[in-house]
Amino acid sequence: MAIRILTDQAPVQTPMVSKRSGIAGTLASALLSNRKALAGAAVLAAFTLIAIFAPVISPYDPHALQFEPILGPSRAHLLGTTGNGQDIFSQLMWSTRESLLLAVVAGIMATVIAVVVGVSAAYLGGLWDHVLNLVTDVFLVIPTLPLMIVVAAYAASGGVAVLIAVIVITGWSYGARQLRSQALSLRNREFLEAARVRGERSLYIILFEVLPNMTSLIVAIFLGAALYAVLAAAGLQFIGLGDTNALSWGTMLYWAQANGALLAGSPLWVLAPGICIALLGAAFALLNYAFDEIANPALRPVRRKRWS
Amino acid sequence: MSYIARRLEFFVITVWAALTINFILPRIMPGNPGQAMLVRFHGRVSPQTIKALEVAFGINNNESIFQQYFEYLGNTLRGDFGTSLTFFPAPVGDIVKQGLPWTLGLVGMATIIAFALGTLIGMLSAWRRGGFLDAILPPAFIVISAFPYFWLGLLVLLVFAITLGWFPLGFAYDLSSSINLSWDFAGQVAWHGFLPALTIVITSIGGWILTMRNTMITTLAEDYVKMARAKGLSPVRIMFMYAGRNAILPNLTGFAMSLGFVISGAILVEIVFNYPGVGFTLLQAVHSEDFALMQTLFLLITIAVLVAVLAADFLTAWLDPRTREQA
Repeated sequence: MAIRILTDQAPVQTPMVSKRSGIAGTLASALLSNRKALAGAAVLAAFTLIAIFAPVISPYDPHALQFEPILGPSRAHLLGTTGNGQDIFSQLMWSTRESLLLAVVAGIMATVIAVVVGVSAAYLGGLWDHVLNLVTDVFLVIPTLPLMIVVAAYAASGGVAVLIAVIVITGWSYGARQLRSQALSLRNREFLEAARVRGERSLYIILFEVLPNMTSLIVAIFLGAALYAVLAAAGLQFIGLGDTNALSWGTMLYWAQANGALLAGSPLWVLAPGICIALLGAAFALLNYAFDEIANPALRPVRRKRWS
Repeated sequence: MSYIARRLEFFVITVWAALTINFILPRIMPGNPGQAMLVRFHGRVSPQTIKALEVAFGINNNESIFQQYFEYLGNTLRGDFGTSLTFFPAPVGDIVKQGLPWTLGLVGMATIIAFALGTLIGMLSAWRRGGFLDAILPPAFIVISAFPYFWLGLLVLLVFAITLGWFPLGFAYDLSSSINLSWDFAGQVAWHGFLPALTIVITSIGGWILTMRNTMITTLAEDYVKMARAKGLSPVRIMFMYAGRNAILPNLTGFAMSLGFVISGAILVEIVFNYPGVGFTLLQAVHSEDFALMQTLFLLITIAVLVAVLAADFLTAWLDPRTREQA
């Protein structure tokens, strides 16, 4: 081995794909029988519905400065109003769109880069592996938040696209590292040997033989990247990067902090968006944990006990 | 010791990568933000400072990009990071040096506590699979690890400082006193640092518990653990000296790798608590678009993390004979 693997936190195991029900079927049935996965999926579904129906659910225009500032919760304003007199509940519903979109898009993009870098490093081997591995390690160890802050500050007027870009740049490396480990362990399996003997091209082997066997890890990496995106975006928006006039949970927290919401006696302004960020993050984290259990049966709970 | 040589090589390459990122960023960003910054500060700072910053950001420069690059590398290696425009005329290096000890102290203490506590809890929860600890803690901390650090900080601030009034609202020591070596001052630092440290511990402990639990479960299935049980050794001895000892290694490597994440979180926690570390300085730099200060902070935080990574690598090499043989 050319370079010692820096971290092997995720157990690298070959997923057990049963031939009869296929990959999708195995994943789906495993997900349904896992309580953590169910909880995560339910929260994610709820947020998706809120994002789609935000205009219907929210009672007021989220931008309109038409109410008394810092009202407590009431029937008219479920979560009260902001220091600028906007309805917090309406803002919260509309913000779901940007926050969810950002998590999913950045998560997918980071996963694609991770797959390309990780699998090609393992498959190409030699110098390519050495270089790609080194790049991965460098990105893995560089503290991401200061880097994101510098880039986002330079591109101050960029809005969501800039946020997605910095999150993807800083968020792909962890997945690439895990995928490389697993692809390496797959490389010398008999079924790949058979494909090579059949005379299949490398691209075919990677796309149709290697990748399908890594599905559960790829899904887990997407979930991890999405969680990272949720937290990173919230952090960047909280310090006022990105578009502060757009509606997102992180931006709501930015305005709450800028107006001293905690000391001004409107804790709900801080609590509500934070709980949403935490719930969305927890949904991704729970699904991720469940996938870990599915991919590595040794980690499954031994006795069925209620934990919630 | 080729393992250590390889780690040193990695250290140098990563520092070089961070330096190069710093050099390239202001040159590839659209709209020339460096120039915009200089225009805003024109007249308020000396012509020499402007000249130096033009060199740093590659403005009005007739030298080739390679000359600029080596000039920049030379300046940085000599510790000349330029002048801060926010805190003019203080050199950027001085500003950063004021904040760094606070951050290192806070993050260092919090990370060590989280690591020790998390490893212990992970070990115990794997030892008693399906027991109370195993049933409650891992899922609970998965959920907590999904909380943004800074928001948990706000929550802690709301409960313990604003509502209950047990702790101060922020800053690292009482504003009425100055930095000195006395028990009273040390008490103030501990008092003010408690809530930020608590926030970092709560959010980062979950990862340690989970990794330790999962490796420990694999280790407990090893033959040497069965052998130890068969010999009738005491459970405590098997847990700590046989299984725990071997399961801790991945956590140790993870310790170094996670520092970058922890520092990232700590930066936001500092902002919430007005803690005078580098995170707070970074926020001020962002608000006044002081790119020289921002980039130096990025560089120095990276180097601090890398030094810690290197230390953990050496520790691993010392603890785990396999890393030495693998070379």
